[in-house]
Amino acid sequence: MRKIKKITVANIGKNNPVFMQILGICSTLAVTNVLENTVVMCLGLIFVTALSNTTVSVLRKWIPSRIRMMVSTLIIASYVILVDIVLKAFVPDISRQLGPYVGLIITNCIIMGRAEAFALNNKPGISFVDGLTSGIGYSYVLLAIAFLRELMGSGTIWGIKVMGDWWVNWSIMVMAPGAFFMLAVFIWVVKGKLIKEETS
Amino acid sequence: MSGNTGMGIFAIFFAATFTSNILLTLYLGMCSFLAVSKQIKTAFGLGLAVIFVMTSTSIINWMIYQWLLIPFDLEYLRYIVFIVTIAAFVQLVEMVIEKTSEALYNALGIFLPLITVNCAILGVSLFMIIREYTLTQSVAFGAGSGTGWLIAIIAMAGIRQKIEKNRIPKGLEGAGIALIIAGIMSMAFMGFTGMIGLN
Repeated sequence: MRKIKKITVANIGKNNPVFMQILGICSTLAVTNVLENTVVMCLGLIFVTALSNTTVSVLRKWIPSRIRMMVSTLIIASYVILVDIVLKAFVPDISRQLGPYVGLIITNCIIMGRAEAFALNNKPGISFVDGLTSGIGYSYVLLAIAFLRELMGSGTIWGIKVMGDWWVNWSIMVMAPGAFFMLAVFIWVVKGKLIKEETS
Repeated sequence: MSGNTGMGIFAIFFAATFTSNILLTLYLGMCSFLAVSKQIKTAFGLGLAVIFVMTSTSIINWMIYQWLLIPFDLEYLRYIVFIVTIAAFVQLVEMVIEKTSEALYNALGIFLPLITVNCAILGVSLFMIIREYTLTQSVAFGAGSGTGWLIAIIAMAGIRQKIEKNRIPKGLEGAGIALIIAGIMSMAFMGFTGMIGLN
């Protein structure tokens, strides 16, 4: 139980995949201009990380170390196909908007990183927790960025207008540069805080 | 979606390089972009390797998709097939280069394993399927995207070398400042929008 708590805290804070390890940036930037898409993407990612971590861990004694990357990639790809089919069936509009970025979950370094660094040396149960919490650590950063980008860029939250008529949309926020700036500022704030904590 | 069929290969090449730069507007290949952009020389090596692998795998994946997966109704397997093709191709190239040219291996060899996990490569293959390109268009798209990636990473490495000794807020060092530079570069590339469209 203590181990679970330790992993959770690490994956959400000090060891966070997005702002501490700078992994999985592609999708962080690409899908965060609209909150709705981000939520779908995050759910997909949490599902894939948690289950692929578990699967790799279950099979860890039988995977030859020379081809372990290949095997984990295949495991991840199978789960991504599952996610893709489900999205196409239930939320076809969002699936079309996300386009290739669903498939690109395969090359999201977070998942591969967790499989390599954790699942290959740990039991399935704890690997599941690790995958799950890494996914959550990734998701809340994405959601925060998406929330701000949609709010500033379109004046809406979840497609509902919240800003009054006085608000002028920062259209740069929904375009590519806005994503880069937003993530940079996010990293700046979080890292600045951590540095302050360490020095005090 | 078949509006692309009439598009010339030069238009696609330039659009993929400038107006929809794979890195600065589609955000693909960010991981290695941030990790390997500290020196121009290594950035150039990686960029060349990316162009080569991107162009070749888009050809191979196009053939596999059109001639094998579609006739057998196996489109949903494309993710697995594409990633396996890319990994196998990279491995093969690495072995060939190692055997034939030592100089080339020293220049490009170390970058090849990095490329398998570069999302830009898989991204190009997936985009070319979604946009329903023909074979020649796919080649142009792969080469153009690779060139765009090379330009972006070299520019980035150049800027990072320049600012190496500048004072930067502690929290921004490393990834933070790199992302801000990328944002500014991306704004510059937005100036190309409207010249040629690519959707």
